[in-house]
Amino acid sequence: MALKPAEFKTDVHNDWCPGCGDFGIVNAIQMALADMGLQRDKTAIFSGIGCSGKTSHFINTYGVHTLHGRVLTFAQGAKIANPEMTVLAAGGDGDGLGIGAGHFVAAGRRNIDMTYIIFDNGVYGLTKGQASPTLKLGEKTKSLPSPNTNSNVNPIGLAIASGFTFVARGYSYDIKHLKSLIIQAVKHPGLSFLDVLQPCPTYNDLNTRDWYAGADLMDEAQKRHSRIYKLEEHGFEPVVHYDSEVEVNEKLSQALIKSLEWGNKIPIGVFYKNEITTPYTVRIQDHIPNYLDNPPAKQNISKNGYSNTDISKILDSLEV
Amino acid sequence: MSPVDFTWLIGGPQGSGVESGANIFSRVCAEMGYQVFGKREFYSNIKGEHSYFTVRIADKKIHSNVNDVNLMVSFDAETIFRHYDEVISGGGMIYDSDIEKITTDAVHTLDAPFKERLHKELESKNKPFTVGGVLDIAKEKGVILYPVSFKSILLTLSEETENPRLKGLIRMFNVIGVSLSLGLVRMPPDSLQKTIGTIFAKKPEIAKINQITATYSYNYATVKFENFDYTLPGTQKEPRTILIQGFEGTALGKMAAGCRFQPYYPITPASDESVYLESNEILEIIDDRPGSTAVIQTEDEICAIGMTIGGALTGTRSATCTSGPGFALMTEMLAWAGINEVPIVITAYQRSGPSTGLPTRHGQDDLLFSVYAGAGDFPKIVYASGEIEESFYDTGNCFNYADTFQVPVIHMMDKFHASSVITCPRFEPEKISIDRGKLLEKVEDGYRRFEFTDDGISPRSRLGIDNGIFWNTGDESDEKGHITEDPVLRVKMMDKRMSRMDLILERIPKEQQAVSFGIEDFTIISWGSTMGPLLDAIDMLKKEGILIGLVQMKLMHPFPADYVTSLLKDAKTIIDVEANQSGQLAKLFKQNVGRDIDYFILKYTGRAMTSTEVYDSLKRIVQNKANKREILMHGA
Repeated sequence: MALKPAEFKTDVHNDWCPGCGDFGIVNAIQMALADMGLQRDKTAIFSGIGCSGKTSHFINTYGVHTLHGRVLTFAQGAKIANPEMTVLAAGGDGDGLGIGAGHFVAAGRRNIDMTYIIFDNGVYGLTKGQASPTLKLGEKTKSLPSPNTNSNVNPIGLAIASGFTFVARGYSYDIKHLKSLIIQAVKHPGLSFLDVLQPCPTYNDLNTRDWYAGADLMDEAQKRHSRIYKLEEHGFEPVVHYDSEVEVNEKLSQALIKSLEWGNKIPIGVFYKNEITTPYTVRIQDHIPNYLDNPPAKQNISKNGYSNTDISKILDSLEV
Repeated sequence: MSPVDFTWLIGGPQGSGVESGANIFSRVCAEMGYQVFGKREFYSNIKGEHSYFTVRIADKKIHSNVNDVNLMVSFDAETIFRHYDEVISGGGMIYDSDIEKITTDAVHTLDAPFKERLHKELESKNKPFTVGGVLDIAKEKGVILYPVSFKSILLTLSEETENPRLKGLIRMFNVIGVSLSLGLVRMPPDSLQKTIGTIFAKKPEIAKINQITATYSYNYATVKFENFDYTLPGTQKEPRTILIQGFEGTALGKMAAGCRFQPYYPITPASDESVYLESNEILEIIDDRPGSTAVIQTEDEICAIGMTIGGALTGTRSATCTSGPGFALMTEMLAWAGINEVPIVITAYQRSGPSTGLPTRHGQDDLLFSVYAGAGDFPKIVYASGEIEESFYDTGNCFNYADTFQVPVIHMMDKFHASSVITCPRFEPEKISIDRGKLLEKVEDGYRRFEFTDDGISPRSRLGIDNGIFWNTGDESDEKGHITEDPVLRVKMMDKRMSRMDLILERIPKEQQAVSFGIEDFTIISWGSTMGPLLDAIDMLKKEGILIGLVQMKLMHPFPADYVTSLLKDAKTIIDVEANQSGQLAKLFKQNVGRDIDYFILKYTGRAMTSTEVYDSLKRIVQNKANKREILMHGA
């Protein structure tokens, strides 16, 4: 049953800069959770460090504001221990693709059923605008002393290469579309990745809201040509339909090629979706058959204040 | 009958079955009623470098190794080069006669500094740089040599059993060595057959071929080897004795304590514990369906502790296991667990540092690092187990401490623990109490995770229970868990958390904080695995009428200063004994108790102390002949 987005809001004062793209993402998350009618106390949002790290405080579910680059580690641990929870993780592009890139790749290999949202703005906002991993080589945002000397990482491409089984991109000023992507991501039975383009009005003076809207691409009739377009409106088919190497490879490579598109045309929407790859829970069940019925968080470990674990067989084998 | 105290040493290249040979020997001795203390030494290497196992057996409880070796068995040259001088006069050396002519230069794994020392010794005694040369020295000292061609044993066996495969099976050298040894000491042969059958229970073919080889070798020794003074006919077995390797103590403790989640990243000497947990992941639960431990190999130690914290937030008893370098990576998250009052257990199997140090060798190098680990002031517990048997019960306590005080607990173990094989009384899991502290099963409306309470500990919700919503943050927070930078609230929160340091000292029973083994004029303070050699050394001195006191520190942080001060009030001379260079416990002691240490006995060769060398140093101290810092060096 759908709930009201207000039920997923906290009364915590939001101190993001006016006009920040982060607002749209938080709104979209709240709307998506409400739409799905998720139980608040069966849902947890984990967040990293930086402006986006505060996200968990604004959402009225369990909220765990973790450490820089480490959000996926906490979130995966909680999900493995209590697979009943709906788990979302949120963080910036520096958080997830810089300091946390190792965890990003490893999480892809596990394919745990949860959703990771990256607030992608090309800068480290909270530390006053240094270049982040998605800023392009040679670009100079306003607080950089000199142009960026690193090439950018391709978040969509990295997610696909790492094994994420749902990979999509949203735009923080298209909340309705973003909400729909979040719903699809949460419902996907595996690890979902959402790269959300999110203008930082304070430090990124290149990839601004106007820039995304194509204000610099106006034609003679003063008509804007938004850079952003939706994959689903252009016949892009991201779903892996059957379990064959050819099919998987084709969907992976077309997503990778699509992810390289940038400049005057920037695609958003679902790049890749694969429900065939086994989620981590199934892999655990292969060796712990009752894992889902009796996961770590549900196990009763004591009886009358003492251990109820019977290790006598092991001790028998050690006895001489 | 004179008391039995016998040390056997087996050595060989890594991967040649030294460990399984020692396993068979230890098990046979334990089956025959002897107490066992075995220790494995090995290089950071997969195949080829020298590894060895020393097994001490006795007819009374023993806690350590000694310097003297009574019988050594070797099927390679390096073992003889490295250990010939450990065998005492009247002791024996069984060795492969095919290797007598091998020179030191032909053994590529002999490193330069060792070779230089050995050459000097051989030169001074006018011996060639060969196996034969060192054997001569041993023989002149009174060691009895038992040369035997391991290859010809295989050859004869393969002919007798018409099994041509046996001829080239040099993997059987370890079983030959063990069986020759047991034959020489006249250990009743049935136990050898039985043990091989048990060890290879799942591979009957392999068991059979090993048993045939064992019988032949055993009989060979009884017929051909003479003049050995030692016999091991067996003794009265203590009922309910187990033979256990160190890391199994904390692993079994975790199972019994209800630890159901252990993420880890491979590191020596810690990973064996996690692998053992995973090998036994399905658990039998009394009056309930099976339980399980989810053991997850992560991409690094940062993820290991991150997942551990995530698991703990769901109310699951969660732990990880690591060693110094891995623990170094975990410290940012340790502070996060501290500020968020998350109960986790980190089992820290120390090794020799700094940095990678001696990665497969022993050291108690990380005490101060553990005490001070993490950014900022936050409450935590650093707890150290002495002997392996203790570590089982301590593991249970560590989880109770974590839950009741809502703090991270670092359980200090080490490499000496991890690679020792000992006999001890069967563990009693029914003695493991489970105290989850203020963990909630049900939550009322208006819940605040960090609510101010009288004792400074707030009721703890967990992810996923009704009405239990809370927030965590690595920032300072208010009672709900939302970020605050308010100076007044900050002080309140800080004081709330830190008040637990006093509470810990107040509530943990004194006997779990520090253990007195008697106070004398000369009294030792020590901790961790060093306790074993100390207990034996003190016992040796007692027989000579020299009484030495001993206080074992277990709760290392917060340091029970008042209790330790009162324990030691009658001690005149305080001796610090530990396996590191700087005397880390001594520093903590000085800082907290305010008393100077009179003598240090330290070892940082990477090899564990033997009771012999501790005995020697203690005796020098009592006789006023010791250095302020006694540095121990025994062991290859």
